[in-house]
Amino acid sequence: MAKLEDLEYTSPIQAELDKKSKQRAIKESLTGYAIISPWLIGFLALVIGPIIASFYLSFTNYNLLSSPTWIGIDNYVSVLTNDGRFRQALTVTFIFVFVSTPLKLIFALFLAMLFNTGRKGTSLFTTVYYIPSIIGGSVAIAVVWRILFGRNGAVNEFVQALGFSGTNWIGNPDTALSILILLVVWQFGSPMIIFLAGLRQIPQELYEAASVDGASQITKFMKITIPLLTPVIFFNLVMQTIGGFMTFTQAYLVTGGGPMDSTLFYALYLYEVAFEYLRMGYASAMAWILLFVVAIITLLLFLTSKFWVYYESEGGR
Amino acid sequence: MDNKKNQRLLRDVIYYIFVTAFGFLMVYPILWMFVSSVKPATEIFNNALSLIPSMFMWENYPIGWQGFGRTGFDVFFRNSAFVTTFVVIGTICSASIVAYGFARLNFKFKTALFACLMATVMLPAQVTMIPQYILFHNIGWVNTFYPLIVPAFLGGAPFFVFLLIQFIRGIPRELDEAAIVDGCSTFGIFWRIILPLLKPALVTVALFSFMWTWDDFLAPLIYLNSPDLHTVTIGLRNFMDADGGTKWGPLLAMSSLSLVPQFILFAFFQKYLVQGIATTGLK
Repeated sequence: MAKLEDLEYTSPIQAELDKKSKQRAIKESLTGYAIISPWLIGFLALVIGPIIASFYLSFTNYNLLSSPTWIGIDNYVSVLTNDGRFRQALTVTFIFVFVSTPLKLIFALFLAMLFNTGRKGTSLFTTVYYIPSIIGGSVAIAVVWRILFGRNGAVNEFVQALGFSGTNWIGNPDTALSILILLVVWQFGSPMIIFLAGLRQIPQELYEAASVDGASQITKFMKITIPLLTPVIFFNLVMQTIGGFMTFTQAYLVTGGGPMDSTLFYALYLYEVAFEYLRMGYASAMAWILLFVVAIITLLLFLTSKFWVYYESEGGR
Repeated sequence: MDNKKNQRLLRDVIYYIFVTAFGFLMVYPILWMFVSSVKPATEIFNNALSLIPSMFMWENYPIGWQGFGRTGFDVFFRNSAFVTTFVVIGTICSASIVAYGFARLNFKFKTALFACLMATVMLPAQVTMIPQYILFHNIGWVNTFYPLIVPAFLGGAPFFVFLLIQFIRGIPRELDEAAIVDGCSTFGIFWRIILPLLKPALVTVALFSFMWTWDDFLAPLIYLNSPDLHTVTIGLRNFMDADGGTKWGPLLAMSSLSLVPQFILFAFFQKYLVQGIATTGLK
């Protein structure tokens, strides 16, 4: 249709054609809306509506039984200035995200590189290493974690066999968070597969040319592999960081936020406030603060990406 | 020359030893769960590390199957199967047609709506969780399966729509055009041309949506109150709280059983799963 519009002179026939194409465009629009209507309804009813409702509720007192009462910014003020558990939750979540995400990505990259050496049996090993990612979030694994790291669990048996004294890993405020970090890092399989796919796209000629120039393995890694992989690293970093802030199930099941709130993840505290204390307004304010924090961190990651993410073509990933 | 060969052999040996040992450590907790599910109760703790039970206590399974209180695991498995089936069907139907709309049709505000779709991929579930609960509470859907199933029929996870859009964009447009010449309607093109070609991507979507729904804990926790409606995940958690102190064997037996559907799917379709992750960065 672009060609028709390029003509400067509009003939009567042209005008008729234009009218027809306009009608067709309207018809196509309607068909389009009909086709995407399932998503559109869902988007309006389950995303946009709730977002507006949540924003409104965050300025109210609401316990589900009586109607919401407007209290202005009181929820935000008391969350930010007067809630020790909120601060604890934020601290715990930050430590969790900033320790577990890099560790997970380092393991993922390290093993992806090992599996990219073209040796036999790679696909079998990839599969084995990926299994924890599929089932790691399940209740079954939470049960296993609780027993393995309990006072009489297998981990203590191992530690004691080495001559150290064991501890109740889950019941001890100093170790509980590490156990959850371990559980999450254990599931490095999916970033590993993404890294592996990224590594396979690096042209072999680059390495061959570097070898001709006498580059060492370390130089090749630092000058070829890492720069060409930065878009994938960036993608994994963003996804895992956002995912980290949402972590709920494992903490809820393995430690329940304890002992002494040492594993009180943000999502866990939010759940407690909303569904155990039924403070829906307060919890909504917490949800908006979470959204704000995650948005800021994502924005920062995107801003820094200019300095370290290398895009071969501008189209990039 | 010989020296170099030896060096390479040595490196290969180290590689395989490391990869195998580390791989064993990776799957140890899972192996441990399966083995301990047939261990006698005393051995779960007294001989905790071992992966070889002194005798096989198969009774753990029927004992666990009885569940606790008045509800058995037959109910939980039935509920999980019911919810998962409908979520998978709903996701496949709605995500594929919506993806077709975004990939092939032109309509007003398409770019803006596509941006909305992508934004919801990143949106923390916590923001919509509370008002969604209030909505379902007000229309009387709490303590029914509707809050778990209906969203799947409304596009499902935006991630899936995105994955399918990408896939449809890879299908040559000439096929659509040929079908239009033959007098195919818009829906006809979707049904006869796109959908058959979309099969591999739909398998990936079905697999992920099965795995996530089967595993899902938060939504059933919030929406399902009565034990008759509980899914396996909730049943298992309550089992752990109720009898965890005594019935470790049966608890681990049911834990193992809860993972069986996922393992079966993984064994048969791992190619699709791995491809799905590699191309889209799904979980």
